[in-house]
This record gives sequence, structure tokens and C-alpha cells, in this order.
Amino acid sequence: MLSRTAENLFWLARYLERAEATARLITMGQRMAILPGAHHREEWKSIIRVTGSQHLFEKDAVIRERDVVEHLVLNTENPVSIRSCLIKARANGKSVRTALTQDMWEALNEGWRTLESYDVGEARAQLATILDWVKARAMTFRGATESGHLRDEKYDFIRVGAALERAQSVLRLLDVKYYVLLPETDVVGGNRDHYQWTSVLYALSGNRAYHHVYSGVYSPWRITDFLMLNRRFPRSVLYCFDQMSYRLGRLAQWHGQRRPCHDSIELMVDELAAKTSGDIFRQGLHETVQRTLNDCNRIGVEIAEAYHFG
Amino acid sequence: MAFYEMLDRNGAVRECYAPVQHWVEQTGIGGLNRRLEEAEAIFRRIGITFAVYGEGGDPERLIPFDLLPRIFTALEWRTLEAGIRQRARALNAFLYDVYHRGEIVRAGIMPADLIYGNAAYKPEMAGFTPPGRVYSHIVGVDIVRTGPESFQVLEDNCRTPSGVSYMLENREIMTRMFPDLFAQGVVAPVDHYPDELLKSLKEVAPPACKDDPVVVVLTPGSLNSAYYEHSFLADLMGVELVEPADLYADDGLVYMKTTYGPRRVDVIYRRIDDDYLDPLVFRPDSMLGVPGLFDAYRRGGVTLASAPGAGVADDKAIYTFVPDMIRFYLGESAILENIPTWNCAKPDECTYVLENLHDLVAKEVHGSGGYGMIIGPKATKAEIAAYADRIRANPAEFIAQPTLALSTVPTLGEAGIVERHVDFRPYCLVGTQIRLVPGGLTRVALTEGSLVVNSSQGGGVKDTWVLQI
Repeated sequence: MLSRTAENLFWLARYLERAEATARLITMGQRMAILPGAHHREEWKSIIRVTGSQHLFEKDAVIRERDVVEHLVLNTENPVSIRSCLIKARANGKSVRTALTQDMWEALNEGWRTLESYDVGEARAQLATILDWVKARAMTFRGATESGHLRDEKYDFIRVGAALERAQSVLRLLDVKYYVLLPETDVVGGNRDHYQWTSVLYALSGNRAYHHVYSGVYSPWRITDFLMLNRRFPRSVLYCFDQMSYRLGRLAQWHGQRRPCHDSIELMVDELAAKTSGDIFRQGLHETVQRTLNDCNRIGVEIAEAYHFG
Repeated sequence: MAFYEMLDRNGAVRECYAPVQHWVEQTGIGGLNRRLEEAEAIFRRIGITFAVYGEGGDPERLIPFDLLPRIFTALEWRTLEAGIRQRARALNAFLYDVYHRGEIVRAGIMPADLIYGNAAYKPEMAGFTPPGRVYSHIVGVDIVRTGPESFQVLEDNCRTPSGVSYMLENREIMTRMFPDLFAQGVVAPVDHYPDELLKSLKEVAPPACKDDPVVVVLTPGSLNSAYYEHSFLADLMGVELVEPADLYADDGLVYMKTTYGPRRVDVIYRRIDDDYLDPLVFRPDSMLGVPGLFDAYRRGGVTLASAPGAGVADDKAIYTFVPDMIRFYLGESAILENIPTWNCAKPDECTYVLENLHDLVAKEVHGSGGYGMIIGPKATKAEIAAYADRIRANPAEFIAQPTLALSTVPTLGEAGIVERHVDFRPYCLVGTQIRLVPGGLTRVALTEGSLVVNSSQGGGVKDTWVLQI
């Protein structure tokens, strides 16, 4: 397969996953912002911060929902906005049309210009619908990939890209929690803390699954265990690492060659699997999240080198 | 008075159009227009769009699609097919000749200047013989009809004629939406075109290729107006769609960059102009292209389809000599007529053109897409005077032809069936054998009375049926 094709598929999957992740972040922000006694501005500020979009604002600017809609949904200048991600995903897909099934292409192509027609006011009024629509686009693409694409190396590149992006997005969601708590005076484990933690679960559509696993008792340790370390929940970090490890392993087989990225992913899996949520909190949630995000960035570069991305 | 292909001399519906007539009556105009909206939604969703340069607006628009098919009888097709194949053979023989001994010039049939002074002539090709002696592997012959038995060639396209994806997609949509029309099996299928194309391309593999040839489609990229077609053809042939940056040449061989490392490429169906193929040879200022590609080609390491310099055969001034080529190389007389053409490079013909411009269609020799032309009978006096000035300033750049009474075919209008002018482009494949799929692209001028069928100027497309009985 052409290296350019591999690169495009890898990034196509990432952009779609990122669009969905941004939608989920905003959903979480909305939930947090309507909690009793919430300090709206801090909630939104933390959302902006974890997406790396704070440069779009003055240092002490007050950030409201409309700012988030403008910059994380509509602003094409902001590379992580939903609209940017959808445009880039489609552009990547278009340049590798032959590597996609008709259904996958249609999932990318359908309604890719929908967001053009919204201004901030309209987008706010329709926000829930828009966010659901974005998630549905990503899910339709995944479904089309799952049900129709050959299980060849192209498929593996798509899945590696998606898993890597998803791991990073879950880590960023967890980090929102960290920023929101600063400079918080509430008692850890208090009412508000409880709602914030459950908001993280809701944003990842993980609340039901959580109940099944932990019989409904919420605690930061268990939620962290669930989102970082659970090997069966498909939006947990370790699950994504397992997925990457499996897909990269298949790529190594296809190519008959192991590269540094293959050793790295095994190390990442082993390190994370050896942890408990107690360890994570002892070492600091934020520090652990940041370290893991760095690992993700590094392996992204290693994958690009291994397969001659441009 | 233009020939209306649906009716015979007595105004009765011709037998070949009877099923369509019946179908229109059954479905009703309102019903057909609703189905048309469905068809357009399908086109949009699949992403069959084309881009128009320099006009702004929607960067990806749909070509309007007309539901009513254009129909040829088996007998009509037999003539067309023989004429198209003959033309494809003669044009390739001409290309071989002009890059070798130039017998046609020595014989005094064609002027040397016209050929060797032509911008599309590539001196770098002189003395080189491409595999199978094939220069133009896909010949698109634009044909118009002016009467029941009268077909004429408007122009030839020897480089990389586009539009074949519409032939395939139009048929696909029609069969999907109206399966009953095809159930009787009287319409000849066209969907084997990609297989035929792949066969033709493999037949011209270069000497250095010892195994099953690796074929690729070379596109300038996803911003190109015909990108959809490039990816569509690559997909249906099951070959890689590559951009120049995906290829490199090394010591007379060409490779593509893959996740496995380099992989040899044998045949390149290139949808890039000559000038942008190889900056070492053609355009040193070009950022596009694959350095060393032409060297590899000349050394027999790779085949380019079409060959660089094939465009010299489809130049509008050269066109006038195609019947002579057919006689000279094949010893046959042309089955399909040319349209009488006045070449303004010749002083007496130029005088005639300037005096009769109000009755003629004049075009730039190197123009395409319906731009830079004037239709005398539809132009104002001022427009004609301005155009005449342009011709006087640079006569060799212009040709002129009579305004033809192009045939019309039934077309779906909002209130009923209307007559609209059409042309036709079949795609003739040349490898060691010549292959022609029974069909092609019918372009229709959707504006009433208009003769301009180009998609960039209000033209649309139709499915084209060749009947098997």
C-alpha cells in the first residue's frame, strides 16, 4: 500500500474520532455547567484548555458556552473544532477514495457541509442536535468500516489511528476534572465532585456500563479505574492501548518487520496494566494523564517513521 | 431544421424509442421529475462531482443528469463502431510516423510546419517507439449527428479524454432506478469498460516488465476537476491511484513508495498533462512531476499511457487532415466524415472565414471546453467584429466550421418532453488489440436552442443506449 494512503487513513480515523471527542467534551461541559452551584466559567475554561485552544482567548477572559460553540464547533481556524475535523477527515478520505468502501465514503461525504450554514446563535439553539449528529457521523463511519472493509493493512491503519486518538481524548476528558478542581475549595468526594465525576462517565456514554461493572457505586477511584484501566470498556485508555498493540502487531506481521513503535506500545500496555487506580491517585491523576499523553504523542511519531509517512 | 432522433420522417415515434415513449406515458412527467430528484441525491451522496476552474462558487458541483436515454440502433452502432476503430488506428499510425520518418510530410500530404511547429509536438519523443507502437491508448472521438444517416466527427481526443465515469455511473443509476427498462436485455452493457481498459494497459507493458504488469493511475491530486473519475477508474480496475509525490525513478525504473518500501510500477495511466510529467525534461519550473520518469520511459522501464506528445494528433488544425491520414496509412476511405473546416492559417480560407463569420462557428485551435469560440448566427455584430479582429491579429490560431444542424433528442423538461441538442463521445481503447465498449457519453445542451454541450456552460449528460437487436 502507498505510504500516503496509510497516512491518510490513519489521520482520517483520527480526525473523525477527534470530532466526536470534541462533541463529547462539550456535552460534558454542558452537564457540568448546569450542576447546582457550578461556576460556569471555570467549567468552560477547562474544556477550552484541554483542547489546547486557550490561545484563542485573552488570559483572564471569561469563557461562556457561546465561545465554546464558536471555537470548538464552528471555527475553521481552530484545528480541533468539529468543523475543522470533519473537513479534514473528508479531504483525507477524498484523496484515498480507492481505499474506502462506498459506504465509508458516503458516511464521510454526507452532510459534510452542514455546519457551514450555522452562525453561533443558531448553533447554540441546535447544540444538542448538532452534537448528536456529529457522534452519529463518526458511528456510521465506524459501522461502515466494521461491516464492509477488507481486514487488510488499510483496516489496521484506520483502527490504530482511531484507537490512538480515542486514548488521547479520554485522557483529556479526565484532565478537565483536574482543571475544574483548581482552585476549588469543595471537599473531594463532596456532592459537586460526585456530579462532575459522573459527568465524565456520561460524556463517554459509560454510565450504564459502569453500573454493570461496579454495581452503581460512584467513586473517583472506581471511575478512574474504569476509564483508564478497564480492559473491556472500549473507551478506556488501556482498552485503546490493547487495540493499538493488536493492530500494530498485525502490521508488523504484514510487513514482516518490527519497528520501535512495536516495542513502545508493548511497554505502554505493560506499564498501564500494572497500575491500580490507587497508584494513579498517589502519583497524581494530572501527572499520570500528562505522562500517558506524552507516550501517545511519541508513539504517533514512531508509527509515522515506521511506515514512511510523508 | 435539426434532425429529432425520436421521430421518423413522417413524425411517428421511431421503433427504437418506443419503449422510452411507453415508459414516459406510464410514469408521467411529474413522476419522472420526482425520480430525477432522487437520482441527483444519489449522485451527490456518492460524490460524483466535477470542479470548474476559475469560476468561483461551488468547488464541487454536479453535472446535470437527464433521465431520458439517447438511443442508437444496432445498425447505427455498426457504422459508428467501424468509423471509430478506423480513426483510432489512423491516429496512432500518424503519431508513429511523425515521431519517426514523417512519411506523410515527405509525401507532400501534410505541411511540416503544422506538425513540427505544433506546441503539442514533443521532439523528445523522436525516434522512440513505445510498446505496441501505441501512443494514444484511449481515443475519445467527439461525434455529432446531422441526419438519420449522417454522423460527423467534431474533434478527436488523443491525450486523456475524460467523462467515461459518467458513461458508467449514468448507466448504473438508470439500472438502479428503472430495472424494468433493462430487463428485456436489449440494451448492450457497458460496465466491462474498466476490465477492458486494464487489459489494454497490460498489453503495452514495457520490455523491463517480466511478470504480471503493475498498473497505476496517476492523478494530479484531489483538487483536480476530474479527480472523481481518476479514483473511480483506479477503484474499478483494482489498481493504485498515485500522485506524483508517490513515485520516483531510479536508474531507468519507476517505483511507488509503499508501507513495505519501494514497489516497481510498469504501466502508468497518467491523467496529468505532458508538461507536468517530468521537470527534468518538460517544465523545469514545475513543482509537479516525477524527475527521471521520461528517462525510464525511453529506456523501456515503464510505459506512459498516453505517450507524451500524443496531443499533436488531436490538434484542431491537424484534425482537418484525418481523412487523408486514413487514406495514407490504412488505404481506406474515412467511414465517419469530418466537418468541413476552414483553416485560417491559409490566406484564402482565412478570407472566406472573415467574410462569412456570421454564418460560421469559429474556434481557437488550442482551445477546449467550449471556451474562446464564437457561434456566428447567435452572435451580435459587435461580437463578430471583435472576433474578426482577433483572427486577423493571429490567423494561425483559428479555424472555422459551418454551423451544423445538430440533432436533438428527447429530454425531460419541467412541463414535458423537450428537444435538446446533443453530441456523443465514445472511448476507444488501444492496446495490441482495439476495444470499443458499445456506448459512450452523450452530452446535452440543456438550454433551449443552445448548441454548447460543455458541462461548464450549462451542459448535462444522458445515458446512451446501444440496442443489441
